[in-house]
Amino acid sequence: MRLLAWGFDLLLAAGLLWLAWQALFTPRRFSAVVNFMAFYLLMALVWVRLDAPDIALAEAAIGAGVTGALLLTALGRLPAGTSTGADPRRWQRPLQILAMAGAAMAALWLAWAAYQLPRPGLAAEVTAALDATGVSHGVTAVLLNLRAFDTFLEIVIMLAAVVLVWSLGPPLRAFAPATALPGLPALSHLLHPLFLLVPAYLLWRGTHAPGGAFPAGAVMGAGGVLLLLTDAAPWIYLRRHRLLLHLLLSSGMALFLAVALGGMLMTGTFFAIPLHLAPTLIMAVEVATGLSIALMLMAFYLLGEPGQ
Amino acid sequence: MSQFYAVLAAILCGMALIGLFQTEDLLRRILALNVLASAVFLLLVTVARSAEGIDPVPHVMVLTGIVVAVSTTAAALALVIRANEARRRREEEP
Repeated sequence: MRLLAWGFDLLLAAGLLWLAWQALFTPRRFSAVVNFMAFYLLMALVWVRLDAPDIALAEAAIGAGVTGALLLTALGRLPAGTSTGADPRRWQRPLQILAMAGAAMAALWLAWAAYQLPRPGLAAEVTAALDATGVSHGVTAVLLNLRAFDTFLEIVIMLAAVVLVWSLGPPLRAFAPATALPGLPALSHLLHPLFLLVPAYLLWRGTHAPGGAFPAGAVMGAGGVLLLLTDAAPWIYLRRHRLLLHLLLSSGMALFLAVALGGMLMTGTFFAIPLHLAPTLIMAVEVATGLSIALMLMAFYLLGEPGQ
Repeated sequence: MSQFYAVLAAILCGMALIGLFQTEDLLRRILALNVLASAVFLLLVTVARSAEGIDPVPHVMVLTGIVVAVSTTAAALALVIRANEARRRREEEP
């Protein structure tokens, strides 16, 4: 059994290295992107191997799903083959080689340091504080109660990225498929119930087991990107829905902030949630952040502000 | 086993950095940054496996990190696409 596990780890590592090499150094862009998506799928397996099912769920939906869709869209919009980067001047060459050598040395040093890393960890502290958080799953407790401020800032970063993308101009409509695909709309219709059911289940599960707002939002966002791809969400481009979209996008952040301020009024500490309200409030914040994350992932895909 | 994955993360880090410096293609640079982010996440998750059980704090950092990474990727890709369209329009004009 041990031998089997080692063999699996070795295969996984070899696959990851090969796919990363392909993604970074193949001359063709398309194969680089496809290899990169496969890299994320193997990464999800690695998370399962390392006992991190929460991350595996989020990575599979966000990494392989949403990032892959974004990269393929960019690929379709960029001219094939030509480089869009700045061409390096001659005096930059030595600097480039120096940077590469430095990176190689840093990797060696990092490998050495990682090999003999001490592992202090906060596992005992989190387990001790778990009873005071109102949820029974460690990751959710840290995410939405113990270190809720970090999660709040992360939602703000995501909203800032949406503002940046939307400030670039009107949305770019998805190209119609080059060949007729009669199965695509039917498939997306069939998949919609699943794209709602799975996030609902993940949200409910989040309080006591791996799951929660991040994987749920990621799965729902992937479903939303499919909606945009099949042109099944024309309402999002309408001008009269602009205010509604803005409200929905910021709902996760707004509710989070309201909870934090309410906690300050009740207990005197920013982001302190009273224990008797914690399960309900955490569930509410989880639903709102999940929906916000899903909508923000869709918003990235529009590549511009709708309704202009 | 943790150490095995930590070394893998270090190698991926080095590869991503070298890829980031040697390429001139903007899309490839975004890919390299994503690989680098994955390698750092891998290192964090291996650190989370301590003797006294699994530490949820690095897991949470990685979860938020994944979402921040996809936001960064989306913003960078949008900028690349817009820059490319502006360049194309400039070249079409006489």
